[in-house]
This record gives sequence, C-alpha cells and structure tokens, in this order.
Amino acid sequence: MSTLAPPVVKGTRSANSGGRSGSLGWLVLPALLFFVTFGVVPLFGVLFLSFTRWDGIGAIHPDGLNAWRSVLGDPQLLHSLGVTFLIMILSWLVQTPASLLLGTFLAGHQRYRGFLAVLYFIPLLLSSAAIAITWKALLDPNFGLGAGLGLSFLQQDWLGKDTLAVGVVVFIVSWQFIPFHSLIYQGGVRQIPRSIYEAAEIVGAGRLRQFFSITLPQLKYTIITSSTLMVVGSLTFFDLIFVLTAGGPGDATRVLALDMYKRGFMANLMGPASAIAVILVLVGLGIALGLRRLGGTDQTDSMLEGA
Amino acid sequence: MDPRTTSRRSFLTFAAGLPVAGATLAACGSSGPTSTSSSAAAGGGSAAAGSGATYWTLTGQPQEDIRKATVARFNAANASTKITQTLFQNDAYKQKIKTALGAGQGPTILWGWGGGGLKSWVDAGQVDDLTSWFGENADVKDKLFPAAFGAATVNGKIYAMPAETVTPIVLFYNKKVFEKVGVQPPQSWGDILDLVPKFNAAKIAPFSLGGQSRWTNMMWLEFLFDRIGGPEVFQAVFDGEKDAWSNPAAIQALTEMQKLIKANGFIKGFSSITADSNADQALLYTGKAAMMVHGAWTDGGMKGSGGDFVTGGHLGYMNFPGVDGGKGDPSDSVGNPAQYLSISSKATDAEKETAKKFFKTAVLDADEQKAWIGAGNIPIVQGADSLIGTGEDADWLKFQYSIASGAKSFAQSWDQALSPTAAEVLLDNIAKLFQLSISPEQFATNLNATIGQ
Repeated sequence: MSTLAPPVVKGTRSANSGGRSGSLGWLVLPALLFFVTFGVVPLFGVLFLSFTRWDGIGAIHPDGLNAWRSVLGDPQLLHSLGVTFLIMILSWLVQTPASLLLGTFLAGHQRYRGFLAVLYFIPLLLSSAAIAITWKALLDPNFGLGAGLGLSFLQQDWLGKDTLAVGVVVFIVSWQFIPFHSLIYQGGVRQIPRSIYEAAEIVGAGRLRQFFSITLPQLKYTIITSSTLMVVGSLTFFDLIFVLTAGGPGDATRVLALDMYKRGFMANLMGPASAIAVILVLVGLGIALGLRRLGGTDQTDSMLEGA
Repeated sequence: MDPRTTSRRSFLTFAAGLPVAGATLAACGSSGPTSTSSSAAAGGGSAAAGSGATYWTLTGQPQEDIRKATVARFNAANASTKITQTLFQNDAYKQKIKTALGAGQGPTILWGWGGGGLKSWVDAGQVDDLTSWFGENADVKDKLFPAAFGAATVNGKIYAMPAETVTPIVLFYNKKVFEKVGVQPPQSWGDILDLVPKFNAAKIAPFSLGGQSRWTNMMWLEFLFDRIGGPEVFQAVFDGEKDAWSNPAAIQALTEMQKLIKANGFIKGFSSITADSNADQALLYTGKAAMMVHGAWTDGGMKGSGGDFVTGGHLGYMNFPGVDGGKGDPSDSVGNPAQYLSISSKATDAEKETAKKFFKTAVLDADEQKAWIGAGNIPIVQGADSLIGTGEDADWLKFQYSIASGAKSFAQSWDQALSPTAAEVLLDNIAKLFQLSISPEQFATNLNATIGQ
C-alpha cells in the first residue's frame, strides 16, 4: 500500500492538502462494507449465540455462560485442540522445507522447469472434497491400490488406525498445498536481485552457501507469509477431513472445526458450537499476530519481501 | 424491397420464435429427475401459492420411483390441488430440512424418520398434531401396522402419518463362503464367536462392517442389548432413567461386543469404510466377508450390483441369533418401523387440506403397496403378505413380513429414537468403543451424562 500511495497523491495535488486521506478514504468503502456485513456482523452473531441455547430450529433462549461451561469443561475440547495443533505443526514441518526447495528450483528460467511447474500445480486445481474421495478410494484396504496391485505394504489400515490416519491427513494436506506455497516461494526467489548472487560468486560462494546465506535470509518475509497462511489455514481444515475420515477413527482426527460442526449441525447444540467458533477465531488471530511479531516490528520496511 | 423492413420482419420472426423455444426448454426441464410436478408451470418452489402443496422427500432407487409415482397418481386425480415434490439425497436432506424449518421456508409435507427427530420438530412447534384427524379417519389408522405409530407419537399425540415400509435389520450371509469353509450358519452368539477363527483361518473376514458410518456399529449393540437384557434395557434409557446405561446387561453386551472386535470378527479397516458407498455390501457379495448385519434395504443394492449373488440364491438371511442365557426374545427385531410424513404448522389451511387428502387417498394405496412389494419391501399395511405372490422375491418378502409381524418388540433405531443431541454423543462413543479406545464402563459413564437430553 505505502509504495503505491505516493504517486497517486502527487497526481491529485490540485485537491486541498486536508483531503489527502479523505480523497482516498472512500476507496476502502466497498471492501469495508463487504467485510463488515459478511465478517464482523456474523462474528458478533456467533458471540451472541455462544451465550444462548438454540437447537437451530426453535426459539433462541438466553443461557448465560452454560454453553461456555459445557465446552470448556469437556475433555473433547482439549483433545480437538491437540489434534488441530498436531496437524498444524506436522503439516508445517512437511510443507515448508518441501515448498521452499521446490520454489527455489522453479524460480530458475530453464524451459523444462516451466513445464514441471505446470505439472506441480495440478493438485491446486482440484477441490478438497474430490481429493478426499479419491484418496479414500485409493487407500481402501480391501478394494484400494494395495489390494488391486497386490502390494501388501500398501494394504495398511490407513484410515482405521489412529496414528496412521493423522499421518495420512498430513500427507494429503501437504500434497494439496505444497504447490501453492511453492508458487509463493518462486515469486519470492525471483524478487532477490541477481546482483547479490553475482557478488557472492565473485567471492567464491558455492550454490549451497548461496542458498543458506542469501536465498534463505532474503526469503524471511515470504516464509512468514507462507507460514501464516499454512498455520491459520490449517485451523479451518474441515472439508478434507470430513470426507476422508469424518474425524475418525474414534476421534483421532477430530479437529476443532469438525468438532464445531458436529456439535452445531449434528447434535443441534448451536450454543456450544458458537463458543468453539469464538475460540477458533481467537486462536487464529493470536497465531497470526504472533507470526507477525516474529517478522520484526514492521514488515513493510523491507524492499525485498516476497509476495 | 426495403432492406430495413426485411431486417425488422426477420427480427419479429425471431422474437416470436423465442417463446416457443423457451417453452420447449421448460417442458424438457420439467421431466428432469428431481421435480415431478406434472405441470411445467408449477415447477420449482412457486407451488406454495394456490391450494397445492409441497412435499420434500429422499432420492435413491428403488424408493424414489415409487415416491414419484404416488404423487403423480394423486396429481392426475386432483388437477386443481397438485403436489410439487422435491427430492433430496439422504444426508443433504437432514441439513436442508433443518435450515429450511429454521428460516420458515419448509415444505407442506415433511418426510422423516419419526422418533427423536420428529420430537425436535414438535418441540419447535413446526408440525401439526394429527391425533384428531386420525380419530376422524379411523379407516386410515386401522389400515396400518399398529407398531408403526410408536415413533410417530410424541407425548401421547400423533404428529406424523406412518408411510412406506417396515425394514428390519437382519443377519445376511454368503452361502458360497459357508460351503467353501464347510460351516453352518450361527444359531447363537456362541456360534458366532466360534465361527470367527474358522473364517479368519480361511483368510475370509467373518463380518463386513461399514464402521465409519457409526450407525452401522450401533445395529450390533441394538441386538446385543435386546438379546442379553430384553427391550427394557434401552427403554429405560429412552425413558430417561438415571444411570440406565450402567445396567449389568448393558455392560455385558458392550463387553461381548469388544470381545468380537478383539477376536478380529470384523473386516480389516472396517472403521474407515462407509455404508453410503455400499462397500460393506460389496465385501459380502464378493466373498471377502462371510456375514453382515444390516438393514433389509441393502437387499436391493446387492441385487443390483452383486451379479447373480441374490438372484442365484447365494444370499442367506436370518434374524439375529439369541445369546445363551439372555433374557431377550430371539424373535425381537430392530430397524425402521416405518417412514413418516408430517404436515408443517406454517402451511396455509388449503395446503394442509391437500396434504391430508394426499394421506387419505394416495399414501400406500393399492398401487403403491404393489410397487413396494415389487421392490422387495414390506409396506406397513395389514395383510400386505397377501400381495406377495410367488415371484423370485417371495421367500425374502415372507421372511421380512414374518419378522415384522411376529416380533414381540420391534425397536426403532437408537439414533432415531433419541434426540439429535443424545444421538450424536451415542454415535461418537460407539465409534470409540469399536476402536477399543474406551472400555464398556467408560462408555456407560459418558452416555449416562446425556440421559434426559
């Protein structure tokens, strides 16, 4: 924003100086209106519902703190939070190095890399539900890939054992989103000025040294951007897990978003479900703010940030 | 000729042609699979106007065609008060009807499963009390199985018209697999436990199960509770008695259940198989599993997909066997005693009249009964066995009729009998019980907390 603003202000010099912010302020109105109507208002609606008792059909009864008490006193909440963070951390650990390397690789200008880039991005074109249905069919121990090809090591009970199911979810999430994050890193790497690498070559730094001493530090803000998307995004994994395991086996993959859905729309407990929604929002905001802190005081200071 | 006139005339011709094209398109559209209103103009949700009525029900063959045919017959006989029918996929319907009722956009006639779901509609004041209507129309009431009214009754009043079919849960088995292994179908719970190692030794899973769907596991507990402790064990839960799940018979049933799971009684990976994909049926008819406890409705699916499995007589079926020393009667059954049609309290009087006329004259008329029999189901009409005849399904139909009419207790599926809130906790804990991650005692403690909800 700040890099865009000066030329525009220059162009409208004839306007009085007091209108400096006023002349541009209205630009934000459509987005603000949209955000307030579909973001802020529902948020307060959910906050209100979390203090009520409502089955989704009948009348809404005020219920004080009962919904909060029942949610916070339920061991299921801690379990779901644990599963959510476990999947968040594991998928970050798998996705970040893989997309960083792929993105750096794809940033080269050779022709075959362009071709590979197109191939890598295919999972991005598919909807989560379609991905889940396909993987579920492939991993079926009786009719899936392992049984079809007669490969016994593929014939595991992939989605029926607690640890395996969590692993499979992390794998599929990574498979789906690594292309997206590679794209972000590719953009980031291409923004790094060629001259820094040339200087490094002159002092005799090898490719590996260049990667760790130039590429990685220069990508700091790209890493933060991509990590924020990964971490906050993983709070809302719902469609994939819902179709793939429905939170099972037992409750091994029941993340917070799924717990909220089950309470609200299957058990008809809109109050506790709304309380979980509020918790989700708070956790998401907290993490996003924390990650911004990690990036220093003001991200916009850097001229060389990615994305 | 003046070119301008020509172009104008051709424009007019084109304009005149448009409505024709539009009408043709509309006519094509009305014959689509989901809306069966016979008049093209009334399609969509606009039928709320006038004295017609709207009716939401489920897709899925063969039931779908029978539901459409009944409405078509009613509409042919009542040209001025037509019913517009909209069909939804099962799970989508459960969400859709809830949202629509909450927003005051529901249909005139609501299709449902009775029990706890119906009670939530009643508590929200969404459906009409039909008790007095059944009083005035005793012939309609007397035509149907009395057992079907249990799940239509909330606080002593009838809020739904029982309709369609009775579907017991039965034990299916693959006769070919039994011959191959050289064993006999089980006569008791002990026989079942004895059969497990024999099938496992032959690399065949003893039982198929779509465990991710959760209610599939629940059917097992329904039978074990009944066979060990009789129908009063679950009745106590339903009546809201304190600590009803801790009944010793309940604990014993849960323990027996885990004994079967630990002995590898179910197909590998059962907890990731869904019943919606019919993979559990496929395991039975492909011979990968020897037996399956499932609803009678799966017969149609296995007939359609299983090659000559059903028509060639390879599918065996029996009522769930008794447990030695158990209190329950082995003739008892569980399942869906009927499906249910309710009338929205938000509908206009004219719409309600149309709906009642539909209940009285069209629902389960002679043609519909024949259609259900033809599809291998038992309509909930007294004496429906006289329609069975001698077709290829005759034995299967007589078997179902004997269970439905002979059962001393025909319990409704637990998840439908309980409130949606309690049902969700129940299904959740059943999934954990089958995963062996909680003990029978923990199961009872977790569920005792939901009694009365």
